[in-house]
Amino acid sequence: MSSSKPAPADKALNRGGFNLEAIKLGGWKYPAFWLALGLVLIGGFVPVITGTNTWRETMFLILMAVSLASSLNIILGYTGYVSFGHIVFFGLGGYVGFYLIAVHGWSLWLAAPVGGLAAGILALLLGKAILHLRGAYFALATIGINEAVRTFVNNFDLFGGPVGLELNFLVYKDYGGPAAMQWSTYWAVFGLTLIIVVLSYGIKFSRFGLGLLAIREDEEAAMVMGVRTPSAKTWAYVLSAIVPGMLGVIFFFRNSSIAPPEAFRLHRSIEFIVMVMLGGQGTVLGPLVGATTYEALRSFLLTSPLFKDLQLAFAGLLLLLIVLFVPTGIVGWLRSRFRSLWRILE
Amino acid sequence: MSQNNGALLQVRNVTKEFGGLTAVSNVTFDIPQGQVLGLIGPNGAGKTTLFNCINGVFPITRGQIIFRGVDMTNWKPYDVVRLGLARTHQIVRPLQELTVLENVMAGACYGHEQRPLSQAEEIALEVLEFLHLAERRDQLAANLNVAQKKRLEMARALAARPYLLLLDEVLAGLNPTEIAEMVQVVLRIREQGVTILIIEHVMHALMNVSDRVIVLDHGELIAEGLPGEIVNDPNVIEAYLGDPALAEKLMSGG
Ligand SMILES: Nc1ncnc2c1ncn2[C@@H]1O[C@H](COP(=O)(O)OP(=O)(O)OP(=O)(O)O)[C@@H](O)[C@H]1O
Ligand SMILES: [Mg+2]
Repeated sequence: MSSSKPAPADKALNRGGFNLEAIKLGGWKYPAFWLALGLVLIGGFVPVITGTNTWRETMFLILMAVSLASSLNIILGYTGYVSFGHIVFFGLGGYVGFYLIAVHGWSLWLAAPVGGLAAGILALLLGKAILHLRGAYFALATIGINEAVRTFVNNFDLFGGPVGLELNFLVYKDYGGPAAMQWSTYWAVFGLTLIIVVLSYGIKFSRFGLGLLAIREDEEAAMVMGVRTPSAKTWAYVLSAIVPGMLGVIFFFRNSSIAPPEAFRLHRSIEFIVMVMLGGQGTVLGPLVGATTYEALRSFLLTSPLFKDLQLAFAGLLLLLIVLFVPTGIVGWLRSRFRSLWRILE
Repeated sequence: MSQNNGALLQVRNVTKEFGGLTAVSNVTFDIPQGQVLGLIGPNGAGKTTLFNCINGVFPITRGQIIFRGVDMTNWKPYDVVRLGLARTHQIVRPLQELTVLENVMAGACYGHEQRPLSQAEEIALEVLEFLHLAERRDQLAANLNVAQKKRLEMARALAARPYLLLLDEVLAGLNPTEIAEMVQVVLRIREQGVTILIIEHVMHALMNVSDRVIVLDHGELIAEGLPGEIVNDPNVIEAYLGDPALAEKLMSGG
């Protein structure tokens, strides 16, 4: 009885006759891809064109925000799990990499992937433990984990405890001096941004991505349809953690020091959520648009003495306004407003 | 252990308790390959719960479920569907923010045959055509009306290319024209050799499509037989007396 002959439904439903070549997924999915990639490429080369360090620093922050928001989008936007304490991957990855560089003399180019790996492993372990929680419970658990890891690092002598670790400036010599190092780390973040954008796109339009979207829409229905929800969620979480881990290493290396408050700052986490929501969760373009807009707004507000100390209040207010008035974000709003752009604004 | 009597699905002494409530009580039946088995019973009899036990949504308290000769008792739903058993939900569960096509593609991707995306699209389009939903392929599932959502449930289950299809009240909430259409769909699926277990309150429709009928009442299987036998069974009539409207439907249904 357990023969492997094709299910009887096969021949019956196989009533062919369509010319499917014309409507293959690949046919329409490219415009959105090139748009997202094009935007990152243009943005990334701005500092080269202008040739100023100010632009490089601005774009460094924007690209970092874009790749962190895009990473978060995989678990938040595609899978529907609000990872509130996502900064933990940035912080822990950063710490592991920084430790290897500062204490063991590793090269940044080796330490960064290892930092990403450490973040990925943390996500894998956490996934088993907390991804069965739904809604607010999951969000709260991720905050708890960020706080727990911060407390742990605070008491972990190998990582310098509450003081953290510092880098000897001489290390930068291996990278052609501080000035050249600023550029090479810039290119590294640029490269990672390109990778995460391509990855975001690839995931969204893959079989795996369809499973994640199904989980987001209705986890129980997804299970009934055959999505192995526990492992799909875990892999989404791992994928969303790796790039933040690598970015942490690059960021703190450039910064020449790392300490618990900077590495595990919860309000940065909230800002990433705001970026994803502002741009449009679940779209490839959303985190790009959201992170850029948010960073631009923030740098504008930072220069205003009135708002300087109100960053977090601003982020909170913005989040409230988005949830109330444009829950689908800028890209989502454009998509529903201009149906003809449906295939371009993915 | 699983003596194989040739049935596609064997449900053996299945019991499901929720705390103190026994929703399904020691139920045993078989579905032979190629048949359509009707499942009836008053509201709250445990029909949907039985479906949830068979496809692994609920772990069962006692008993055994054998499908295609494989003991799949307490398997997870995603493993059950891979073995070739798909279902629809009584209360439809469309993936709201995905298109109709994507909904059905997900069924094909993750169903019995585990198709890659491009083939899943092909299968999904065929199934959508079959269920008269093809022209809605790019619409969000959230924007479908009730009848269309019911057909989408069915399309998604069919795209999984199952050996056995569990249909939970696919006719409920439909108007007479839509019911007639849906009955035709069920008959055509059956013609294709798919075995079906169907829960239905619309009695005349059920009588038209079923080879045999089983009756649940308070979680217990109280009757089993040909449709004609069932409507005249005193036990069944008594079970339905608490629900006069249904009793009437039952009487007029035969
Ligand atoms: N998840 C659950 N937890 C607790 N009790 C449940 C659960 N699901 C169902 N029940 C109970 O089990 C009994 C059977 O419910 P079920 O939904 O299976 O009935 P049904 O025969 O499908 O009814 P209907 O014809 O109204 O769809 C009911 O008393 C119901 O309240
Ligand atoms: Mg029911």
